Amino acid sequence: MVEFSLLSVRELAVEFRADTGTVRALDSVSLDLRPGRVLGVVGESGCGKSVTARAILRILDRNGSIVAGRVLLDPDTPAETDLSQLDPESQRMRGVRGARVGLIFQEPMSALSMQYTIGNQLIEAIRAHNDPGKAAAREKAIALLGDAGIPRPETRIDAYPFQLSGGLRQRVGIALALAGDPDILIADEPTTALDVTTQAQILTLLRRLQQEKNIALMLITHDMGVIAQMADDVAVMYLGRVVEYAPVGELFHAPRHPYTRALLRSVPDLRATPRQRLATIGGAVPQPNARPTGCPFHPRCPEVIPGRCDAAPPAPIPPGAAGASCFRLEDAA
Amino acid sequence: MNVLEVEGLSKHYPIHAGFLRREVGRVRAAEDVNFAIRRGETLALVGESGCGKTTVARCILRAQQPTAGAIRFSYEDGQSVDLAPLSRRQLRPLRKHIQLIFQDPYASLNPRMMVGDIITEPLLIAGVDPVERQARLLELLDLVGLPLAARTRFPHAFSGGQRQRIGIARALALQPKLIVADEPVSALDVSVQAQIINLLLDLQDRLKLSMLFVAHDLGVVRHVSDRVAVMYVGRIVEVAPTAALYTTPKHPYTTALLAAVPKADPALRDATFAPPGEVADPANPPPGCAFHPRCPFAVDRCRVERPSLTETAPGHLSACHRAAELTLTGVG
Amino acid sequence: MSGSLADERLAQAGQLRLTWIRFKRHKLAFISLFVIVLFYLVAIFADTLAINDPHATDARRSYIPPQSIVWFDDTGFNPHVSGLTGKRDMKTFKIAYVPDPNRKLKVVLFAHGYSYNLFGLIPTDIHLIGLQTPQPIDGIFFLGTDQLGRDLFSRMMVATRISLSIGLVSVGLSLTLGILLGGVSGLYGGIVDTVIQRIIEVIRSIPTIPLWMGVAAALPNTWSVVQIYFAITLIISLIGWTELARVVRGRFLALREEDFVIAAELVGASQLRIILRHMLPSFLSHIIAAVSLALPAMIISETSLSFLGLGLRPPAISWGILLQDAQNVQVLSGAPWLLCAAIPVVLVILAFNFLGDGLRDAADPYG
Repeated sequence: MVEFSLLSVRELAVEFRADTGTVRALDSVSLDLRPGRVLGVVGESGCGKSVTARAILRILDRNGSIVAGRVLLDPDTPAETDLSQLDPESQRMRGVRGARVGLIFQEPMSALSMQYTIGNQLIEAIRAHNDPGKAAAREKAIALLGDAGIPRPETRIDAYPFQLSGGLRQRVGIALALAGDPDILIADEPTTALDVTTQAQILTLLRRLQQEKNIALMLITHDMGVIAQMADDVAVMYLGRVVEYAPVGELFHAPRHPYTRALLRSVPDLRATPRQRLATIGGAVPQPNARPTGCPFHPRCPEVIPGRCDAAPPAPIPPGAAGASCFRLEDAA
Repeated sequence: MNVLEVEGLSKHYPIHAGFLRREVGRVRAAEDVNFAIRRGETLALVGESGCGKTTVARCILRAQQPTAGAIRFSYEDGQSVDLAPLSRRQLRPLRKHIQLIFQDPYASLNPRMMVGDIITEPLLIAGVDPVERQARLLELLDLVGLPLAARTRFPHAFSGGQRQRIGIARALALQPKLIVADEPVSALDVSVQAQIINLLLDLQDRLKLSMLFVAHDLGVVRHVSDRVAVMYVGRIVEVAPTAALYTTPKHPYTTALLAAVPKADPALRDATFAPPGEVADPANPPPGCAFHPRCPFAVDRCRVERPSLTETAPGHLSACHRAAELTLTGVG
Repeated sequence: MSGSLADERLAQAGQLRLTWIRFKRHKLAFISLFVIVLFYLVAIFADTLAINDPHATDARRSYIPPQSIVWFDDTGFNPHVSGLTGKRDMKTFKIAYVPDPNRKLKVVLFAHGYSYNLFGLIPTDIHLIGLQTPQPIDGIFFLGTDQLGRDLFSRMMVATRISLSIGLVSVGLSLTLGILLGGVSGLYGGIVDTVIQRIIEVIRSIPTIPLWMGVAAALPNTWSVVQIYFAITLIISLIGWTELARVVRGRFLALREEDFVIAAELVGASQLRIILRHMLPSFLSHIIAAVSLALPAMIISETSLSFLGLGLRPPAISWGILLQDAQNVQVLSGAPWLLCAAIPVVLVILAFNFLGDGLRDAADPYG
């Protein structure tokens, strides 16, 4: 197993300014993206999984900013760069986006322009980083589309995005993300908008490309099924914090955090008996501006320790290690 | 006893083009759909986007006018009425018998009305007096697990799951015989989704409701439904009791759907795979069986002759020429 | 749900409150609202605020430059203006006005002046500011006088009334037409919709100035000021309704597909109930915003029509008519203060635009 990381997020904190005050969207988030491995980031709405991706790429909305922590590209090498210190608009940061870190969107249409053929857009992306010349770029674009599983890429390259189905568009989205030969890919809910059979196709494709190209893939999803099928390591997030970080087998067979356990229990089961009730988590995810004090999960936690969990948040998981951020575990250790 | 019988239901959307807006084609969103819902049971209508499940649901509710077919609703005394040909005015007194739970808990509640008014609006329209309305409101809030204080609040103060409860309370206000639930949990977080599914199951037990549950998520369907109908490109391809459909599917498309669901168990990675190709275009479906271009078992007959829905086991219908000879894999 | 008291109040806040909360954040719009309220107060109390009879002419006070009140003299606090002595300069033939230090005209609040009817009903001659003892020629001329010796300040007060009310009346008319035709168009669709939309397109394609010129030229000379006033509002609103009709139609089309409207339909609500209870409240705010953006257009229309001599004619007083006096460069070089009449136009148009922006942003607190 590869031990070095291509990208390490360390104790990252992000805040958004809102009318009602500042909202902390991320708090002490640490992650490692390793070559050839898939890091699954899972959580419910408002858990900060998308914000993490956007913070890494420095494409946060205007009212959001990184207030603490580091985003280290090539950590512990002479080339180590802290992306959180770069100007989001700088040449350097633009070079990182696309050429080092590719992004796949939930809705591929948000990455594609309606006015240009997919070929135009792909060729532009290829030539933006390492221009091989027009003809060679077109060759490469066709190859990328073929790689992404698009039938007849040499004719499809001249199609407009609206002429393609949702599944094909997402394949184009993947080809576009790979245009700059990145060694890191971030896929933000890449299959949420797709049907189940198309989703299975796209996931298979992502897995194949990631292995072939030895890419470090960060896969963001709300679906525990997708995590089980795709991830090597998993970060479970809740209200802006990583509450558990573990290899996929450990996470599913010996979950440490009460939230992970509850989440796994509430997943519908294809083998359920008729009219079988699901295990539930009480309440709902709080609004980000109504963040509870102490452990963010304590108001919904079945294993809450009164007077303890609601006082101060438990220590974050040490970077690079598997574990959970929970007082129960601190006590057991 | 069936509460609803759908016979030969079709819904076509004409495609217009050119200066004179001539009809140049038709999207056959639903084509010759037949099924029945028994009193007290939940029938799930499952399929991918564009398969026509939502169209069928909206036709039953008569939010849309079907192109052809009959939608027969039966009263408890055995009398029945065909909803398909009725006008808006004729439908109005019948509306109370069939109610809808929406997919989107945000768009389906009028943001400018207080929750109490939203839930009691059906009663108001039905002419129930104010005292009785208040009494019913308290009952309904309790039924769906909302606090009393919710009455005077506006929808914006509630989370998605709570809003869905409000929508359910509204749907139950008129004590309908049949509930159509159009993907009622697909817009919700996993942890909240489980709450709403359990609520629906409890309500059904207590109120003896019949339900048409429209969904794309086979996991959820396994928990809530008694029988499942699978749709593909406008037609029903398989109908079966839930357990039978999951363990011994009789249509290759059902198998494909089951195989494609990502299982929440890393040990089952190889059990997840996808059928090749894409869902056919309902404006231009392939000849014969619409699934044949993606079907690993397709033979020449499948390419030319459309299979009809036939019984392969008691209560188990499949529209596949090879249903009898194939042994398809389901889930345990 | 167990939030603080503030949360609970927000939870129970209706559309109006939410809109207001959002609107207050829009500082410029909030200030503009005050400006506009101020302008309409001026329109209501125009005659009370006016100092001199806006119609009274006197060649002996032609082109008096702006004057200001002197607050103190050797006796202490003694607000007054000096009487003026006009002497014609025989080289330029212009009258030069020199203050006469011996004639101190005391200025008081709630002075008696020309007679008028307050709110058009109550006969009175009380004015907010005036001379203690009215003088035949002398007066207080904050903004100077025009060629005929009429007090510009007083005329501006009265002009505000006509210009702002024309805007309101025309918007009222346009709104009625717009909601009716836009509503019918959006609700029924089909042929009716197509016909109404084509009519709107035709009307919008006609260049407005020539159209106004044509229609204005057709108005008989013998009509009274009131008749002309109504004719002008009618002309303006016959063109102005199209924009509002489009807004209304668009909202109808969008709302018809909304889940909550379908929900009402499915519980058996009548068409009327759906429109009144569910659709109208949802786009009322959009209409208010559209109106606040349409008003300045109407006001500008009146001003430009009158400025061009196609709209109201003297003796009516409107901003356009006041600006007519400022058309001539020669006049302006001698009496630049006449341009002051443009200030309220600019202010009110800006304020309405900011207000409209603010309302539009706040209008949909659920968006």
